[in-house]
Order: sequence, then structure tokens, then C-alpha cells
Amino acid sequence: MTNMNQKSSPLLSPNYTIAICSEPLDLAALNGRIQKGVGEHGASVIFTGSVRASDEEKGLVAMTLEHYPGMTESTLQSIIEQAITRWGLVNVVVNHRVGRLTAGEPIVFVGASALHRLAAFEGAQYIMDYLKNKATFWKKEHYIVYGKETSHWVAEKKSDEQSLSRWSE
Amino acid sequence: MMNIVRVVFFASFKERLNCGSLSVTLEDNATIAGLCGELASKDGVWKEIFHKPSQAVKVAHNQQIASLETVLADGDEVAFFPPVTGG
Repeated sequence: MTNMNQKSSPLLSPNYTIAICSEPLDLAALNGRIQKGVGEHGASVIFTGSVRASDEEKGLVAMTLEHYPGMTESTLQSIIEQAITRWGLVNVVVNHRVGRLTAGEPIVFVGASALHRLAAFEGAQYIMDYLKNKATFWKKEHYIVYGKETSHWVAEKKSDEQSLSRWSE
Repeated sequence: MMNIVRVVFFASFKERLNCGSLSVTLEDNATIAGLCGELASKDGVWKEIFHKPSQAVKVAHNQQIASLETVLADGDEVAFFPPVTGG
């Protein structure tokens, strides 16, 4: 496992923001927060995860996201702090939607900036992998099949759990 | 002495149990396993989920992931939920 292990200079004290929101994510504004000062940091990576519009063909009409208020925020905080320590990330923004979302809408935004691209890439991926496995969110999908609305809670994916093994030091 | 703990449920558990939260009175030094036994005694879906809970029953104690052996104190919060699926 590559560990850049860069320590940020005092001028680049790390900061992060976490938000769980029921309003649509403003991706341009979130990206703007990551890009602020990126000239000094050098590298930034942003990831967005959205409700797959291609699932509309299977009849998906919407998705509902629920979370555990309090525990979700503290879990994300500890994930982000670990990523900052390990990769020397300078700036991290994590926003996650809750409530009812329709196809194509962003669910999650993860942005990370660092001195070099590898730290930014790996830091963002680490945060996303841990978010998927540890943060207390649950997805419910709503379908219309043969004119009838049905819904079901999404099952966990084994591949998500396996994705954590790459980060063991 | 008796302890009162707040129990919360999320996602499919909340729906299947038709219950978001409740208060349970337990004996001193009771564990989360003991709490599960108490909940399982309610029968029906409660028994399905909490009688010898499977790996698919995740539990948090005061908003930290916990094990069934965790000892409970008065005023604690215990949450039960299925594996997470966010992101």
C-alpha cells in the first residue's frame, strides 16, 4: 500500500465539512469549495454518486435515503480525520442526500485536495469506500412494474466490503 | 436497580416492526444480548429479528458500533439496523 505520508505545512492547516441534506446537492458550489485555494494545494479529486438513470429502464422511479442522525455525522468525521492523517489532505468536503431522490440526482459528493494527485485520489477513494461500508445510511428503491408501485430496501454488496481490504496497512 | 435504555430502529427493521423507538427497562448489568432477549419475547417479527440475532442485525451503543456483550447503563441508547447501503 502506498502511503504518501505528507504532512501539510502550517499554512495549509486541514479543514473539512460534512453535510447531510434533504435539498438537492449543488455540485458546482461544492466543487467551488474544493477548488478554493487548490492553486496552493496542487491537486484535487471530486467524486459524485448519483441515482442511475439507466435503472429507469427497469422501472425505477425514485429512491429514498434514510440515516441515523448523529451517528452518521460522527462516523463520517472519524473517516475523514483518518484520511487527513494518512494522506495529508488539505481540504475535504462530504455531502450526502437523504429523503426522496429521482433518477439522475446526485446522492453523494466527496471532494479532497492535497499537495499531490496520488494523495488526493487515494484519500477521496478511502473516504468513499469507508462511507459505503460504515456510514449509517440506508437506500430504498421505488419501482413501477406493470403499472404497480413496489419498493424494497437495497441489500448490502459483498464487493463494497471487499473494497476495504485494500486500505489495510 | 433498574436501568431504562432507549432503543431505536432504522430502515427495514423500523418498517417491519412498525416502530421507530421505545424505552426498555432492564436489570442492572444487563447486556445488549439481554436486551435482544427482552425484545424477542414480544413475538412475531420481534422474535424473527431479535431471537439469536444474525450477522445481518447491526447494533450501535450510544452511536458507536457495539457487540452483544456490551453492558448497558441507565440512559443509554441502543440502535438496531440492517447493513448500511449509502453512497
